[in-house]
Amino acid sequence: MRWLIGGGAVVAGGMVARRLLGGAGRGNDHWQRGQAQRREPRWHVATVNRPPSDVAPGGRFPEPLAGLGDAVEVQVRPAPGDRGTEIAVRLRDGARLPVAAAARRATGRDPEQAIRAALRESKQLIETSEVLRPDYPPTTEPTPVNKPLRMATRQGRREGRL
Amino acid sequence: MKALVWEGANELAVRQVPDPQIRNEQDAIVRVRRTVTCGSDLHLLGGYIPFMERGDVLGHEFLGDIVEVGPQVRNHKVGDRVVVCSFISCGKCWYCQQQQFSLCDNGNTNPMITENIWGSAPGGCYGYSHALGGFAGSHAEYIRVPYADQGAFSVPDGVSDERALFASDSAPTGWMGADLAGVKPGDVVAVWGAGAVGQMAARASVLLGADRVIVIDRLDNRLQMAQTHLGVETLNYEQQDVSGELLERSGGRGPDVCIEAVGMESHSSGPQFWYDQVKQQLRIESDRPIAAREAIYNCRKGGSVFVLGVFAALVDKFPLGAVMNKGLTLRGAQQHGQRYIPMLLERMARGELVTEHLATHTMPLDEAPRGYEMFKQKLDGCVRAVFQPTS
Repeated sequence: MRWLIGGGAVVAGGMVARRLLGGAGRGNDHWQRGQAQRREPRWHVATVNRPPSDVAPGGRFPEPLAGLGDAVEVQVRPAPGDRGTEIAVRLRDGARLPVAAAARRATGRDPEQAIRAALRESKQLIETSEVLRPDYPPTTEPTPVNKPLRMATRQGRREGRL
Repeated sequence: MKALVWEGANELAVRQVPDPQIRNEQDAIVRVRRTVTCGSDLHLLGGYIPFMERGDVLGHEFLGDIVEVGPQVRNHKVGDRVVVCSFISCGKCWYCQQQQFSLCDNGNTNPMITENIWGSAPGGCYGYSHALGGFAGSHAEYIRVPYADQGAFSVPDGVSDERALFASDSAPTGWMGADLAGVKPGDVVAVWGAGAVGQMAARASVLLGADRVIVIDRLDNRLQMAQTHLGVETLNYEQQDVSGELLERSGGRGPDVCIEAVGMESHSSGPQFWYDQVKQQLRIESDRPIAAREAIYNCRKGGSVFVLGVFAALVDKFPLGAVMNKGLTLRGAQQHGQRYIPMLLERMARGELVTEHLATHTMPLDEAPRGYEMFKQKLDGCVRAVFQPTS
C-alpha cells in the first residue's frame, strides 16, 4: 500500500504546483470593478464575523495586516446579510510575469502569500482573540515520502484559494 | 507519553512521543480516560487519505480529565471529566454562530490543503491528517484541546465513561444525520451501515418520531445489536433484496429519509463492488460510493438523503439523474457536535440513549494495534475497540 501514499503525496504536490502557477489573476468581481487588466494584483478578501467598528478600532488593523504597511491597499465594507465585515487586501504595485510570480511563490517569497497569512491571522484575532497554533512539539518525523506534504503544510496559511 | 501512531499504510505502533503543550490561551490538556476506534480511521490507516505523516497520533473520539487549562479557559477547571467533540471549532466565526461547527473558519491550521481539494476548508479534527489541521489524536495518554470552552463538555455524574465516550463523535454524528435530513414523526427511515454511527442515526430517528427505521448491513452481529438495543428493523443485504424490502416496508413509496453511514470503503454483494474496488485501487476514483448510490436509488420521490459516511474526493457513476428527476434533497456534513452534545448527554443521563453495547472490546493502549486489526477485519464481532491509555 505504500504506493498509495506515494501517489497521494504526488497528488498533493501537484495541487500545490497548480496553485503556484495558476493562482494569480483571479479575483472577486466586486473588488475588481474598474480593474482593466487580468494581471493587476488580485484582491484577497475575507469576511470577519464582527461589525466594521471591531475590525479596525481607532483606525488601526490587527498587527498582521498593519504590518504589511504601505505595500498593500486595504478596503473594508459591511458584508451583506448580517455576515460581518469584508476586508479586501491587494498589493499596490504587483504586476509581475506569471513565471516570476510562480518562482517567488514556490520559494515562499511571494508577497501574496504574506497577504493571505495576514488576512487569515487578522480574522482569527478579531473573531477569537488569538491565532490558533499547530501542536508542538510534533510527534512526526520527516521521511522521503512525506517531504512534499511537509513542504505544503509549511505554507498552510500562506496558500490556498483566499 | 505513550501514543498510537501511524507509521505508514496499514502500519501502526505504540511508542513514546512528546507530551502535548498549551499553545493558545484557550487550550486545555486532557488526560485521556477512554478513546475509541472509528470506521473513518480505517481510511487513514489504509492510506486512502494521503495527508498523513509517519508519527501522526490517531484517534478523535474520546473522554478524559482536564489536567491543565490556558488562562482564557472560563468554563472548565482542572479535574473536570469532559467529553470532547472530535471537530475543533472556535465558536465565534459565522459558521459556528449558525451552529455549523464543523465548518468553522478558524479551527484548521492548514486550510490550504482542503481549500484546494474541496474549494473551502472545514474546521480541524483531532488525529485526522494534516488536511484537517494536523492535530495529534486521542489514542494517547494526553491530548491538547484547542478552544476548550467550545469543544469540551462536562459529563454529568450519573453518566458512565463507557456511555459518555460516544457523545464525542458517534452519537452527535448520527443525531445530526437524522436531524438535518429532516426526520419527523411518521417517516420511514433507512440507514445504510450498522456501525456505531449508523446505529446512532437509527436511534436518533426513533427518538425523533420515525414510524419505521430499517438498518441495512451484511454483518449479522451488528444487525442483531441494532434490533436488541435500538428497537429497529434490519436488512441483511447479502441475504435479502434491499430494494424490494424497502418498497414493501414503506407502502411502495420508498423511505422518506435515507441515511448513508458507510463512507468511502463501501461493500456490496454484487459486481459493482469489484468495479469500484478496481477503480479505487487504480486511483481512477478515490471513493467507493456503493451505499450512497443505493440510498439515492431507493429514496422516495421528494425524499431526503444524508451522507454521514466519510468521503475524501471523487466518485464514479454517481446517480445525479435520480437526484434531479426524483426531486431529492441531498445533504452531507462532518458532525456539528457542539450543537448536539449537551442534549445527548442529558438523554444519556435519562437512559434514552445507551451506547455501551458499541464498545465490544476494551483494552489498554499498548494493545491498540491489535484492536485496530480486530476492528478492521470485524473479528470476534468487533464493533468498536476502546482503549484505556491511562488505566
